[in-house]
Amino acid sequence: MSVDTVKQPNWFSRLAHPGQFLAWSRYLIWPLAIATGLSFAIGLWFAFFNSPEDYQMGDMVRVMYVHVPNAWLSQLVYGVMAVSALGTLVWRHPLADVANKAAAPLGAVFTALALYTGSLWGRPTWGTFWEWDGRMTSTLVLLLIYLGIIALWRAFDDQLKAGRIIAIVTLVGALNIPVIKFSVDWWNTLHQPASVFTASGPKMPGSILTPLLVMMLAFTLLFALLQVARMRTEILRRRAETLSRQAALQGAAK
Amino acid sequence: MIGDGAHIEFIAWAYVGVAVLTVALVAYVVWDSLRVDARLKALDKAGIRRRSDESKR
Repeated sequence: MSVDTVKQPNWFSRLAHPGQFLAWSRYLIWPLAIATGLSFAIGLWFAFFNSPEDYQMGDMVRVMYVHVPNAWLSQLVYGVMAVSALGTLVWRHPLADVANKAAAPLGAVFTALALYTGSLWGRPTWGTFWEWDGRMTSTLVLLLIYLGIIALWRAFDDQLKAGRIIAIVTLVGALNIPVIKFSVDWWNTLHQPASVFTASGPKMPGSILTPLLVMMLAFTLLFALLQVARMRTEILRRRAETLSRQAALQGAAK
Repeated sequence: MIGDGAHIEFIAWAYVGVAVLTVALVAYVVWDSLRVDARLKALDKAGIRRRSDESKR
């Protein structure tokens, strides 16, 4: 076979090779950490010192600056996991199940925080910490799906086999995402309709939208940072497990 | 600027809860990474390493 006919891997395949990923992703950690820290500092300054009270909710509007970013990430992280699941099943991408496993605990924490801050926001504004309405119940279901996926990852020794099964579970669970998004339109709920991601644009003044967007950026950067760090750790963990198995087999053969 | 009026405790609990869980998540990710690094170093010290790593030596 001549050299010209050898199929070269494309840029996507080269970036996705676990060894290559470890090499280039190390340069992302510190810039992401600094950008995350700066975004949180600016966002918190806006949230506490440079944004007005809401004319109806008063200072309770400040809970929105931590509630909405976590609610946004609870769905974004699941989106990342769903794309990873497709990567596992369709393209057999070497990093796809690593990304899925890395993201699941992060998504669970962001979802738990969305529920926690939402209930604290709900008590003074609606008069209750919890109501079994469409948005809250579907978000609770999302948390349970995250916990189920984490439990499945821990239940399998063979991580490649686990990856394929969990990819199917992840894609089935993705049906819940549009339910969360449109629950406030489909059913009568206590939860307010969408006010940031709407067809006609955000429905809030710039003085409240600015801190909200900065806090959403900060939490999204935090997710990116933790996701890259966890993917690196997972690749190295699998490397360590392979080496331990090889050493055990060599020891048994002697 | 934030006032000290009604419902301040709900705002405080929301931010404290988010801070505590976020810091705990970051700490867990760092701890897990250090644990795996230590495991690889222990394997390397015992002479158990990848062939590609040996060829670089």
